[in-house]
Order: sequence, then structure tokens, then C-alpha cells
Amino acid sequence: MNKATTSSNRHYILQSGDFQRLLDSIIGNGYRCLGPTVQDQAIVLDDVSSVKDLPVGWSDNQQAAAYRLQKNGSPAFFGYVLGPGSWKKFLYPARERLLTTTRSRSGWKAEASAEPVQKMAFLGIRPCELQALAVLDKVLLEGTYADPVYRARRSQILVIAVNCAEVGGTCFCDSMSTGPKAVSGFDLALTEIITDGKHHFVVESATAKGDEIVKLAHGVSASDQEISKADAVSTAAAKKLSKKLNTIGVKDLLARNLTHPRWKETAGRCLTCSNCTLVCPTCFCITVEDYTDLKGNSAERVRRWDSCFTMDHSYIHGGSIRNTPDSRYRQWLTHKFSSWWEQYGISGCVGCGRCITWCPAAIDVTEEIQAIRDSEKT
Amino acid sequence: MKAENIDPMLTKPLRIQRVQRELPDTFTLEILPSNGGFHFTPGQFNMLYVFGVGEVPISICGDPEKSKSLVHTIRIVGSVTQAMSRLKSGDTIGVRGPFGSSWPLAEAEGKDVVIVAGGIGLPPLRPAIYHILNHREKYGKVVLLYGARNKEEIIFWKELEQWRSRFDMEVHVTVDRGSGNWHGNVGVVTTLVPRATFNSADAIAMMVGPEIMMRFTVLELLKRGITGDRIYMSMERNMKCGVGICGHCQWSHHFICKDGPVFSYEQIKVLLDKHEI
Ligand SMILES: Cc1cc2nc3c(=O)[nH]c(=O)nc-3n(C[C@H](O)[C@H](O)[C@H](O)COP(=O)(O)OP(=O)(O)OC[C@H]3O[C@@H](n4cnc5c(N)ncnc54)[C@H](O)[C@@H]3O)c2cc1C
Ligand code: SF4
Ligand code: SF4
Ligand code: FES
Repeated sequence: MNKATTSSNRHYILQSGDFQRLLDSIIGNGYRCLGPTVQDQAIVLDDVSSVKDLPVGWSDNQQAAAYRLQKNGSPAFFGYVLGPGSWKKFLYPARERLLTTTRSRSGWKAEASAEPVQKMAFLGIRPCELQALAVLDKVLLEGTYADPVYRARRSQILVIAVNCAEVGGTCFCDSMSTGPKAVSGFDLALTEIITDGKHHFVVESATAKGDEIVKLAHGVSASDQEISKADAVSTAAAKKLSKKLNTIGVKDLLARNLTHPRWKETAGRCLTCSNCTLVCPTCFCITVEDYTDLKGNSAERVRRWDSCFTMDHSYIHGGSIRNTPDSRYRQWLTHKFSSWWEQYGISGCVGCGRCITWCPAAIDVTEEIQAIRDSEKT
Repeated sequence: MKAENIDPMLTKPLRIQRVQRELPDTFTLEILPSNGGFHFTPGQFNMLYVFGVGEVPISICGDPEKSKSLVHTIRIVGSVTQAMSRLKSGDTIGVRGPFGSSWPLAEAEGKDVVIVAGGIGLPPLRPAIYHILNHREKYGKVVLLYGARNKEEIIFWKELEQWRSRFDMEVHVTVDRGSGNWHGNVGVVTTLVPRATFNSADAIAMMVGPEIMMRFTVLELLKRGITGDRIYMSMERNMKCGVGICGHCQWSHHFICKDGPVFSYEQIKVLLDKHEI
């Protein structure tokens, strides 16, 4: 579990009855407020303007290859764990124009796509997903070259995290030290508390902007006792986490087992459908497609999410480098848990469990790594 | 180094000055850089974009000290290179770059240099050869070993002849398959390594070619006594960005576009013998 709360942060109490005010003050500050909604029997991140848009009384049941929303009659606004889609889709959309080229008398000219950037509020982002943003920042902002559109959007988001009170059957955030309580990377972090018929939020604010928003929503200072109640919610959540991953030496474990027979065995189950990479909040691979108008006077370059499970991903003249499913499964797993460390000094996996839930073959990254670890004990 | 305010995916349209056919399937583009010229270090590549068709990584193969012209030699293998071959002098081509790592030309100073190229692997090495010849006094023996599939596929024929006629450079050329009108060496390029003259205790090797050719060449060079940290090679993978963002060029933890394309054998030897990494 994460370290205790940073001491300089302020704490407030926000009554559930004032939650609409919170939404109003977010929107009133010029943000497009994004948060959890129920659509197509799943939690889908989308525009939220009213408490009624939130998944009030819904919980999710998640296991390997299984996801089901259930009405549980609770008054909780955030009683679910995670939906399939991550916040990446707002910062680094699945499909986006990179540039437009137009013919001119002297040839053609190129213009970057200059869509206006709208300020966004991420309401309900989970602690593991905060870490996923930190991971994406390393990839898209902290290299020699930064992605300008990601940077423009990222620098303007208002981050309102919600600490996990419930955990999913596929989550393993404590193993990855990313949850279930948010420690950094937010403006506000909410803990939802429902006891004795009372329903309120303990709100931790790390920024002046956060203070402003919560005060506008009639948040009042929280007592130490109330703060420790919130901490207790997180501690209880951590205890509920049943899935674990032994991460000790995992980087080297995988790096020295690149020719392990397990890759082939697992690939026998893997459909190379790309689901895991598409739901993963840190997968950053993109490809670029070219389009021209019918007359051929203008052309567009569009980037879209790609996956290392496709044959095209590693195609070079003469064939794909990763031709077998074994090699593609190995690329995915070793990238997340091993080579990511070399590349960015952190884990590429934040333990959200989505790839396990959404794998139609119920392949579980934690089991795979453990199997390779166990095979070394002889 | 941080390129703060650059949009790394924004291509720059430049004018093609000259197109030269090298072989039936290979051509050279000379591109006019915008004011200030085009500066690069040997070994680096550009992303070249054909209007409406696509963008591919191509090594820079001109003289690094002639910044007034940007030169690329390209082999037609698929849709983008095919479309590129149809461009004419006066047409516009999109250029992003230069990207990637370079040949160890400073490290090679005072040492013998062995350059091994297979087929279309010669263009990426040519800027290094130009640099060495521009500063000939700084290097020891210079050996170029070049192999092509057959006589008809030998690229830069005239230049190879010029280089071979120099007294300060050793050039060996071979073809995989001989024919009636070829009277030179026959055999793969690795067979040239034993006959090259260099001081293996203090030589640097640089090579480009198909991966399999490079793997065997390394073995020959190691046999001759050049240590792995002095053997360099340029790697090829699918590339969509060239700047470490798209993920396509990953080879274990290396991004070939930004950590490479030039690597020392020492850096990559654990990967070179593994399949499908
Ligand atoms: C660092 C680097 C330097 C290169 N330098 C040269 C050079 O100087 N001259 C030259 O002729 N070629 C060079 N290549 C290879 C060149 O990039 C490919 O031949 C080209 O991408 C093929 O594109 P295509 O659309 O014509 O072929 P297609 O087969 O239609 O391409 C389909 C897709 O695969 C990719 N692709 C296909 N082959 C390769 C390949 N070998 N390497 C990377 N991506 C590939 C293409 O970019 C495209 O995305 C270099 C490659 C790299 C990585
Ligand atoms: S690898 Fe799986 S568990 Fe880890 S961050 Fe990605 S989707 Fe979540
Ligand atoms: S290489 Fe695969 S695992 Fe790594 S970021 Fe790309 S899609 Fe995700
Ligand atoms: S080419 Fe895109 S990451 Fe290397």
C-alpha cells in the first residue's frame, strides 16, 4: 500500500448532497467534466454534468475474462472499480489527425492539426490510473521529443481522483505500489464514506485550484478523526485485494527468460486479439495512416492506436519480425514488466487488471509471471 | 538535449533537385534543404514522406560536409518507395530529421577502419566513408568490403572504382552469384573478411546489410580479433515516428530510432541471436 498522506495537503468534508455543487463548480471553472457513466452495461468515461449521470448504486464484478455491472442498491456514487476504457482516450485519442498537407502552386505545404484544446476535468480517476498518467508522461513528454497535443491537453487537466473503497477481482495495485489510495498527481482526491445512513466525501486537496473548487462546493475543513476514517477505508480496501504479483526482480526474471517454453504455451491460448493492449492505460503504440481527398489536392496523416499483437506492427520488407503469437505475447509482457524499466525507469504496468478482465482467453499477467518464476525453482 | 517546441511529426516539404537512377530498382534523390543547409552526422536517417502515400525511414547517404544538398538512395520494395521513385526533379518531398545515432567516427580516429556493406547497405555507410576520406590523415588503414547479389546489383559502381583506385584505401567487392561477365570475387561478403588487412588489436568495424549477413560478419570479425565493443552495425525495424513515440521500432528495451540505428555489437549481442524479439 501507499505511503501516508502528504502532510501539507488540506482536507475537507463534502456532503453527498453538495456533490452537484462540485460538478457545477468544475464546469463553472470552464472545464469539460469527464467521469464515469453507465453505457452498454459497462462503466464508460464520458461527459458528466449531473449526479444523475454517475453510476449511482452500480458495482462491477470482475474476474479473468468476466465483467458484469450489478445494481446493488447502495447510495454510493463510485461503488464500481474500473471500466474497460482508460483516461488515455481523452489525452491521446484512439484516432487523431496529425497533419494536413495541401497542394499549392509550388508543391504542397504541411500544417499541424490545430484543434483547440479544451480544459478537461477527470472526475473519478483511480489511483492506479494516476500512475498510468505518470507513465504516459514519461513516454510522451519527457523524452527528447514531446507530443505537442498530449502536452497541451495534459497541462490543463483538473485531476479529481477517487480512492478505491471496493477492489476488483483482477486488481493488483498494491503489488505495483499504485493504490488503492492516491498519494500524488491529483488536485483533489476523494474518499467516499457511507456509514450510519450518512454519505459524505473526505476530500484531500493538493493544489490551490483544488481548494478553490471544493470551497465553491461548500466543502468544510475535515477533523483528524474524519481524515483517519478515510484512511481506514483505503486500508480496508487494500486488505480486500486478493490478486498479488511478486515483483521482486521481475525485470531481470523476464529478461533472462526470453526463450522460456511458457511463451509458446500461453500463445496457444492467446487469440492475439489486441484487447489487452487496447484496454491498457499505458500502452502508447500508434500507427499512422494516410488519406487523400478524391481529387488528390489535400492529404491527411492520422494517427491511431496500434498494438504489438498485430502483424503490421513489426512488418519490414519481407515479413513481420514477430511472426508467431509467442513472440507477440512475449513482446507485450516483457515490455510492460521488464524493458519498460530500462526505457523509463518505472514499470509499464500499474496493476489495474484490465488486461486480465478483458482477455477473452482469461490469460492473467500475474499468473504468467509467477509461472516463469516458479519454473526457475528447481 | 530537449527539443521543446518542435512538433516531431510535422514534416517539412523540400524540393527535389535531381533524381538519379542507380539500378533498375534503386534511385537517388538529391533534395534542396531550406536555408541554412541540412546538417547530420553519418549513420543518421530521415523520415521521408510522399504526399498522400506515406512516410518511411531512409538513411542519409551524402557527404556530411556538403550541407547544401541532402542525398538519399532508395530501393523500391513497396508502396511508399514505389511512389517515391515516381518523383521528379522539381517535385516536393516531406522530410523530418535527422534522427538516430551515428557511426563512431571520433572513436575510430587513429585506428584502422573496416567497413562491411551488403547490397543496399552501402548507402547508409557512405557518409562515414566520405568523412573518413575528407579527414584521411586522422585514420589508419581503411578497408571497404562490399557484397552484392550479382554484378547487376552493385551500387555506386563508379565510386567503388574510384575508391579502389586510391592508394590509401583497400576495397574488395564480391557477388553471391557469379556470371560470365564477372571476373571478381564470388561468395558472400563474409568471405572477404579474412583477406582484409587491418590491425585487429586496434581496428573499428562498421557494417550494414541484412541481419543474417551482419550476424555472420560479426563472427568473422570476432575471429579476426576485433572485440565486440569495436564492432558497430545499423539495425532496421518498422518505424512510424523516428522519435521514440510510436513504439514500432522496439527491440527489447532499445528503440532503434533513438538509441540506434547504430549500435555496438556489445550493446545488442544478447538480442542478435534470439528470434522474433
Ligand atoms: C533506420 C533505417 C534506415 C533505412 N535506410 C534505407 C535506405 O537508405 N535506403 C532504402 O532503400 N531503405 C532504407 N530503409 C528501409 C526502408 O525504410 C524500407 O524499405 C521502407 O520503409 C519500405 O516502405 P514501403 O512502403 O516501400 O514498403 P512496404 O513493404 O509497402 O511497407 C509497408 C510498411 O512496412 C514498413 N517497412 C517495410 N520495410 C521496412 C524496412 N526494411 N525497414 C523499416 N520499415 C519497413 C514501411 O515503412 C511501411 O510502414 C531503412 C530503414 C530503417 C529503419
Ligand atoms: S498490463 Fe494489464 S494490469 Fe497492467 S496496467 Fe496494463 S492493463 Fe492494467
Ligand atoms: S509494444 Fe505492445 S505492450 Fe508495449 S506499449 Fe506497444 S502495444 Fe503496449
Ligand atoms: S520509430 Fe517510433 S518509436 Fe521508434
